Amino acid sequence: MSSENEITEMHLDVLKEIGNIGAAHAATSLSQLLGQKIDMRVPNVQLVTFDEMFDLAGGSEKVVAGIFLRIEGDVTGTMFFVLTIESATQFIRKLTMDPGFTFTDMEDLGMGASALQELGNILSGSYLSALSDFTSLNIYPTVPSLSIDMVGAIVSFGLIEVSQYSDEVIVIETEILQEGEQGMTSLAGHFFLLPDPPSYRTIFNSLGVL
Amino acid sequence: MVTIQTVVRVGIADMNIAKSPHTIRTSGLGSCVGVVLYDSSKKIGGMVHVMLPDSELGKSTKLNVAKFADTGIHAMLELLKSEGVRPFSIKAKIAGGAQMFQFGSNDTIRIGPRNVEAVKKELKRYSIPIVAEDTGGSSGRTIEFDPETSILHVRTVNAGTQKI
Repeated sequence: MSSENEITEMHLDVLKEIGNIGAAHAATSLSQLLGQKIDMRVPNVQLVTFDEMFDLAGGSEKVVAGIFLRIEGDVTGTMFFVLTIESATQFIRKLTMDPGFTFTDMEDLGMGASALQELGNILSGSYLSALSDFTSLNIYPTVPSLSIDMVGAIVSFGLIEVSQYSDEVIVIETEILQEGEQGMTSLAGHFFLLPDPPSYRTIFNSLGVL
Repeated sequence: MVTIQTVVRVGIADMNIAKSPHTIRTSGLGSCVGVVLYDSSKKIGGMVHVMLPDSELGKSTKLNVAKFADTGIHAMLELLKSEGVRPFSIKAKIAGGAQMFQFGSNDTIRIGPRNVEAVKKELKRYSIPIVAEDTGGSSGRTIEFDPETSILHVRTVNAGTQKI
């Protein structure tokens, strides 16, 4: 595998498998944190254009709460949590025990920002430690950073690294589903893992599927 | 003949042109810079959605010219010339180049400001005046240019739409 052109269906299946392992751990942590049932699943691992990536996250102009962090260690890459404003509001209300929290002042989120960053820490920590155990690779997250803005503006920042190599990106897409009061599940947001292209080889090597 | 007004859409690392009565638009600019090159008398405008400052950063054999400030601006000038626009009548309006997050890898630190600097350097090289700009800050922008009026509409989540 010398370039992304040689990535096969099998490679994508392997990424889906490790994505599901990470997601299961992250869902458990998030359920405990929020005291609410959270499910995560990986519907797709695919090679998409940058514009298609924005569509996956809800469309370039949609306003979302984005939590961004970098992955460092043996594997480098970018991680994103893209939450709908409604779900982010709900999560912040639970975490801060402030039932009146709203996103009226986008510039100054106060405790809301800390709560979402903490959520990012816990999700990425549990996801990456599962990945690290499975691959025997040393992988750790940086401190998360938060922005409430348009999908295109937030997600493009995570594509800067990849864009130096390609106009397409391998996306490990994870849906975050929350169970509501009547047992209804709804989509709270997405979670994306974008390995930097030089790390593809490292991941596949560690799993013996090069 | 009735002409239906349409909006020409420009994706990320993409470029296109529009003539009045049509408008041209790109959405969700973060650290990227939207460069509009236009001729107000011919009522034509081109837009480039620049993602990276310099094509030397490209590590791929395939070059998408619209992705970089240097190659993107050059390609757009050639496209406008092929439409009969005289180079000395071209003016520029630019928007974007925000710093969306405080953290990043070495390559992504200050990518927004670096994109703006690179765009300005290229425009200066071709002696194209920047008539208006809305750059920097930490907000995403959606921009739409109307070749009829040469007005650039800039929309942000917090400040609504402004005309520059």
